[in-house]
Amino acid sequence: MPRLSADRRTEVRFTLNGRPVAGLAEPRLLLSDFLRHVVGATGTHVGCEHGVCGACTVRIDGGLARSCLTLAVQVEGCTVETVEGLAPGPARLSVLQEAFRRHHALQCGFCTAGILMSLDTLLRDEPAADKARIEEVLGGHLCRCTGYGPIVSAALDAAERLSEDPGAGDAPEERDGDV
Amino acid sequence: MSAAEPAPSQTSAKPGHLGRSLPRFEDAALLTGRGRFLDDLPVGPATLQAAILRSPHAHARIVKLDVSAARALPGVAAVLTSAEVQALSAPLVVGVKAPMTCWPIATDRVRYVGEPVAVVVAADRYLAEDALEAIAIDYAPLPAVVDPERALAAEAPVLHEGLGGNLASDRSFRYGDPEAAFETAAHRIGITVRYPRNAVTPIETYGMVCEWDPGEDGYEVTANFQGPFSIHAVIARSLKVPGNRLRLKTPRDSGGSFGVKQGMFPVIVLMALAARLAGRPVKWIEDRLEHLTASVSATNRVVTLAAAVEADGKITALDWDQLEDVGAHLRAPEPATLYRMHGNLTGAYDIRNLAVRNRVVVTNKTPTGLNRGFGGPQVYFALERLVQKIAVTLGLDPVAVIRRNLIPAGAFPYRTASGGLYDSGDYQKALETALRDGGHAALVEKRDRVRAAGGLYGIGFATVVEPSVSNMGYVSTVMTAAERAKAGPKNGAQATATVALDPVGGVSVHVASVPQGQGHRTVLAQTVADSLGLEPAQIRVVAELDTARDAWSIASGNYASRFAAAVAGTAHLAAEQLKAKLARLAAAQLNVPAEALVFEGGRVCAADTPDNAIPFARLAATAHWAPGTIPEAAGQALRETVYWTPPQLTAPTPDDQVNSSLCHGFILDICGVAVERASGRVVIDRYVTMHDCGRVLHPGMVEGQIVGGFANAVGAALYEEYAYGPDGAFLAGSFADYLVPTVAEVPRPEILHVETPSPFTPLGAKGVGEGNCMSTPVAIANAVADALGVEDVILPLTPARVRALLDEPEPPAPAGTAPAAPPKRAGGRALAGTGSAGFAAPPQRIWDTLLDPATLEAIVPGCHKVEKLSETRFLAEVTLGVGPVKGRYSVEVALSDLVEPASVTLTASASGALGTGAGQGHVRLAATPEGGTRLDYDYEADVGGKVAAVGGRLLDGAARLVIGQFFAALGRQAGGGTKGGGATDGGATDGAGAAGPWTGLLGRLLRLLGIGS
Repeated sequence: MPRLSADRRTEVRFTLNGRPVAGLAEPRLLLSDFLRHVVGATGTHVGCEHGVCGACTVRIDGGLARSCLTLAVQVEGCTVETVEGLAPGPARLSVLQEAFRRHHALQCGFCTAGILMSLDTLLRDEPAADKARIEEVLGGHLCRCTGYGPIVSAALDAAERLSEDPGAGDAPEERDGDV
Repeated sequence: MSAAEPAPSQTSAKPGHLGRSLPRFEDAALLTGRGRFLDDLPVGPATLQAAILRSPHAHARIVKLDVSAARALPGVAAVLTSAEVQALSAPLVVGVKAPMTCWPIATDRVRYVGEPVAVVVAADRYLAEDALEAIAIDYAPLPAVVDPERALAAEAPVLHEGLGGNLASDRSFRYGDPEAAFETAAHRIGITVRYPRNAVTPIETYGMVCEWDPGEDGYEVTANFQGPFSIHAVIARSLKVPGNRLRLKTPRDSGGSFGVKQGMFPVIVLMALAARLAGRPVKWIEDRLEHLTASVSATNRVVTLAAAVEADGKITALDWDQLEDVGAHLRAPEPATLYRMHGNLTGAYDIRNLAVRNRVVVTNKTPTGLNRGFGGPQVYFALERLVQKIAVTLGLDPVAVIRRNLIPAGAFPYRTASGGLYDSGDYQKALETALRDGGHAALVEKRDRVRAAGGLYGIGFATVVEPSVSNMGYVSTVMTAAERAKAGPKNGAQATATVALDPVGGVSVHVASVPQGQGHRTVLAQTVADSLGLEPAQIRVVAELDTARDAWSIASGNYASRFAAAVAGTAHLAAEQLKAKLARLAAAQLNVPAEALVFEGGRVCAADTPDNAIPFARLAATAHWAPGTIPEAAGQALRETVYWTPPQLTAPTPDDQVNSSLCHGFILDICGVAVERASGRVVIDRYVTMHDCGRVLHPGMVEGQIVGGFANAVGAALYEEYAYGPDGAFLAGSFADYLVPTVAEVPRPEILHVETPSPFTPLGAKGVGEGNCMSTPVAIANAVADALGVEDVILPLTPARVRALLDEPEPPAPAGTAPAAPPKRAGGRALAGTGSAGFAAPPQRIWDTLLDPATLEAIVPGCHKVEKLSETRFLAEVTLGVGPVKGRYSVEVALSDLVEPASVTLTASASGALGTGAGQGHVRLAATPEGGTRLDYDYEADVGGKVAAVGGRLLDGAARLVIGQFFAALGRQAGGGTKGGGATDGGATDGAGAAGPWTGLLGRLLRLLGIGS
């Protein structure tokens, strides 16, 4: 890690969703702002900037983190994964994403990015996660639209499909008329 | 959980896409990070970022405002203050003719915590926020008033001198003969309720990009505004431009609104002016603290409601006295919260006599505006609490009282006493179905069982008429008939929709509905596909709005649950209009009468000879490629725009009758709660919600609206409150203070439906988005009241509040638990503590060190400089951090009661961009046998502003930490250091603070986290 100076920008290099990226960041720049406004990955959303709402949740080196409580310079050399990296292809959704769609587990979709990151990580680590585990993990997120029930249903549905066929990984995308 | 079965189409015998739960077309983008929310949109390289300096005081005069240092900072392009705002714009129009001026920024004084005082525009947000700290501002605090009843008192501080007091409006209404009804009734039963402040705060905050074009003297604004677009007129008037020089655009996606994003319009004015001042586009994204503190709130209201009741529970009259608290300014469209329910003040009940007094009061709190349920939670909390009280008072079953008073099924359309026209309903069927399918009998058995075992269990009901599609004229009911006559009539609710054909026969739909997650694009695709015989995926829908290009009107936007009833219906009409033209074209080509044609499967064919057909795309392209072939009488089938307003939405009558809404859904909720005796926690055991929202267009989305509104309402009932201290300090500035429910707090309600289609809307649908925000808070409150056998329940029903309602001593704490802290004295965020420290140096040495500015500068944590104003007065500049809030303060300290070298009293006041504080401390020095010093101290302080709003829970710990650092440094400075274990002792909260470690490892750790300097 290079020596940082408060008034100088530092180049931060890391891997984002499998591709190498780099950008300049002041030491105080939040990772959420860095991802969105420097790197241009706007799928990660900012809802509170104090770590409670969970909308900005990303994966850093495989573990979950609030990008609003992480400084950009902290991800130097790390592997960062965001919602943009969850789908297996441009016209395909992951099993979890597809389940969200089927169960109407999103309305405005603003908190969804963080929730997908948390539940995707849970199902990666515990493909047979039960309702209690799903609710425990989902408890770290605020959603104002759905009342949470449909999100739990979607996650349970995805868990069932993944534990039946762990190799599935993704589901075919239906045509959505919104290209 | 059940959702409605698809309803048969009113307009077509064959089953269509409408009524089915199609996957949403919105979802693929939102699930993959390809949303287009405001802050995701590209902006030009010239775009600057803004930050707002906000008042830490609830009420104060601005004595000095000097922005020169901020303007001079690198990266700062402009600083907007009230001087520029007043020079470049006009005050915001106030809905009530009242002698008060409402600017979007504080002028000579601030009237609520969070009120904008200055706007800094800089190269980025970080620099803009840096510059806020360089603004020099002095306030002279004034007494504040936060309680609406106190605001009416003669001695209350006055917010707007022009009003002469704090009462902004006072109107009385009388329908039928309420006096006679009360005179002859067997009982008069009344209740007083206080509905608290809250808001369904969306997860995406306000955001906007504003630009000024000097060549055209026009403004262009892109904002996640939600409507109503009557506000467009308010913004344009304030910016002093005609409506066609304010281009207002919305992004495709908006991260929830629930009414709240109506409230951003004063900031739109500010940022438009900031862009003008800077000569460049300005972007502003609100942060969460700003949003919770000062965006907008629902109104809090004090309601005294009395009913004239016969012995059998029949209500013959209601007498409403509503005191509405709109905060510091009466902002458009207020006092709409108070009048939206005017036509349905008698709820679901057949009550012909009605007296109403509506008063609007201003207080030192955030101005109010739209919020999910808008006016319903306040009205139904009073009405349904009263219905329960009638049952309790008369010894009747609450269900019997409801049943006795429901409007008869055959009475629709039903005109209420105050002029509402209920479109359709069968309340008896809904009630009986809910009782039967919702398992009411089993619930009663369970309650008896739990109670027999000594538990606390209650059942609550709420019966609600859910209005939707607002009459744009209802707010004018606040004016007298004479004032209305002078102002001209206001009424209706124009909805717009455009259906267009492109040169290859593609169909696109445009509406001015500005969705925030309600799936409008999917439902409109279903609607139009059904009309034209296409697949929904073939229809492209645009639901964002551009006022420079699109068909819109003042009622445009997404509020008052108007989408399904008004907007989808209007799209249906536009599609049918286009279809009629296409049919005439096809008739000529297929040589059959237009009436004999059917549109299905992407073709248009004769009904009896399906082979005689033409592909839809080819027919649809005709007007583009061969307009000359179309007979003039048939008309060009290219693009149909329909404006639709329901004739039932008439202006208020001279005798103040008003049909405030077009549609009236029905809700009957049954709630079973268990209350934990030891903790006071309310557990929702069972929740049944019966809805009649007319024809269901998309069962999945209707269910989504119901469970979403229910979750919001659980928050309002049990957790959420925009809390204020008596001094007006705002106390809920973070999601750790304003408790939005998580999955753990929200049970799944059981949803039931009956359908009575609305005869007033094109598709038979009614609104459904807001009902549970009206019904659920009071259903839960009624259940808790039933469980505890109490009358006066106040939301939110937090464990502490519920525990206080239990008329029994708290059980002792479990063994090994520390005793509870004594309650702090009343006030905003109070801070108090005592402690001691030991030093190797003698008292005189410590005394001299303490009183020397040069040494103080070196040892006060975060101190930049100390200036000695006199022998006993010091001025210090310090940077302190509490939790997430770190900022620079000016601290003035006065010394008194000096007894050298034994004791001194310090009186201090601090102010900074992040907040204020004032307090007093006592320090006593005593020589120890070893020649050192023992120092004892105590202190008491109040803090306000940002620190109070978000750092409240951390204050005591932070104070102990800073004091510990101070004494450690004092010991070093005086020589010999602190004596082991002698740093600081506990504050008032835990009474047992750690000693030495504060200055050691833990101290360093906390410093790293920004607590302390």
